Amino acid sequence: MNITVKLFATFRFGRFAAATRQYPPSTQIGEVISELQIPESQVSMIMLNGRHANPDQRLNDGDSLALFPLVAGG
Amino acid sequence: MEELRQSLQDSAQDGLLPWGAQVAAAERFAVSIARAEEAALSLGILPARYQRNRQAIDVAQQQTLFRSRVAVVGCGGLGGYVIEELARLGVGTIVAIDPDLFEEHNLNRQLLSSPDRLGQPKVEAAAARVAEINPAVKLVPVQAAYSTENARALLHDVQVVVDALDSVPTRLALADSCDSLGLTLVHGAISGWFGQVTTQFPGDGTIRQLYSRWVEGKGAEQHLGNPSFTPAVVASIEVAEVCKILLGSGTPLRNRKLSINLLEMEFEEIVLAGLDRAVGT
Repeated sequence: MNITVKLFATFRFGRFAAATRQYPPSTQIGEVISELQIPESQVSMIMLNGRHANPDQRLNDGDSLALFPLVAGG
Repeated sequence: MEELRQSLQDSAQDGLLPWGAQVAAAERFAVSIARAEEAALSLGILPARYQRNRQAIDVAQQQTLFRSRVAVVGCGGLGGYVIEELARLGVGTIVAIDPDLFEEHNLNRQLLSSPDRLGQPKVEAAAARVAEINPAVKLVPVQAAYSTENARALLHDVQVVVDALDSVPTRLALADSCDSLGLTLVHGAISGWFGQVTTQFPGDGTIRQLYSRWVEGKGAEQHLGNPSFTPAVVASIEVAEVCKILLGSGTPLRNRKLSINLLEMEFEEIVLAGLDRAVGT
C-alpha cells in the first residue's frame, strides 16, 4: 500500500520532506517511524490524515502521515 | 487633572503629542509619564512616538493597548524580543517572569543580554531596557520561576500570556494554568532553524496536543542550539498574535500551528483537530 509520509524540521535531515512510500498492508505507524530510523521518543506529535494519532495505529492505503519532532526551546 | 488635559490639548500638533511635551506635562503636573499618556489617549491625542503605528492601530486601539497587561513567561531568546516589541507597541503593563541570570552562551541571540549584563537577572535587564525605550510602559520584573502555585498571583489581571519558555513540563503547566484561569496563551518555541507558534484559547488544550507524545527531555535545540534570527522571527509572530487578541482584530492562530522552517524557508499551517476528536485517544 502507498503511504504519504511528511517529515518536519530536523526529521528531514538525511531523509526527505515528503514522499509516497510502499508498506505492507496494515503496517503500524510505529513501524514506519522505526523504518525511518527515528527514535520514537523524539516524535512530539503524529498526525494521520490531519488527526492526532498513536504509533500503534494501523495504516490504510492512501493514508497521509505527518511526523513532528520536539521543538521546545525559547 | 483638567489642567493636565488642557495642557496636553494645547501641546498637541495635528493630533500628535510630542515626547518633549509629554515629559514636560508630566513634570509640571507631577504625574507619571504613563499617567500623561493615558490622559492624552483618552482625549484622542496620540503620543507622537506611536505615529507610525497609526495606519495599523488607531488612537482608540492605542488606548486599549496602553490599558492592557500582558505576562511574558521566560525572558531569554523569545522573551527578550517579545518584551522589546510589546514595549514599542505601547502595551501599558508587561509582567516579565524569569528566575535566571544572563550567561555567556545567551549572547548570540538574547536581545536583552550584553557582556556588561552577564550575571545580572534577566528581568532586571528587561526593566532597564523598557525604561530606556518607552518610559510610559510599566515593566513588572518577577525574578522567580513560574509554577502552578504562583500562577494565580503572577497572572492576576493579565489579558494575554506569552509562552517564551524553554521547558516542556513548565509549558504544559502554564498552558493548564491559563486554561483554568480563562486566559489566552500565545505559544512560541524554537529549535535551531525551526520554530512554531500557536494561540491557545481557554478550553482548546492546544499545547497538550503539540506535546502529546512528550515523555522527558528537551527538543533538538539542545544539540542544534538557536541562532540569532530564529527567536526574532518567532517572537515577532507571537507579538502580532498578542496585538490582535488585545484589539479583537484579525484571525489568530487558533486550532492551528504555524510551523516555521527557516532552512528551507517554508511556513506551513498545521490544522489541529483537537485531542478529543483524535482517532484512538
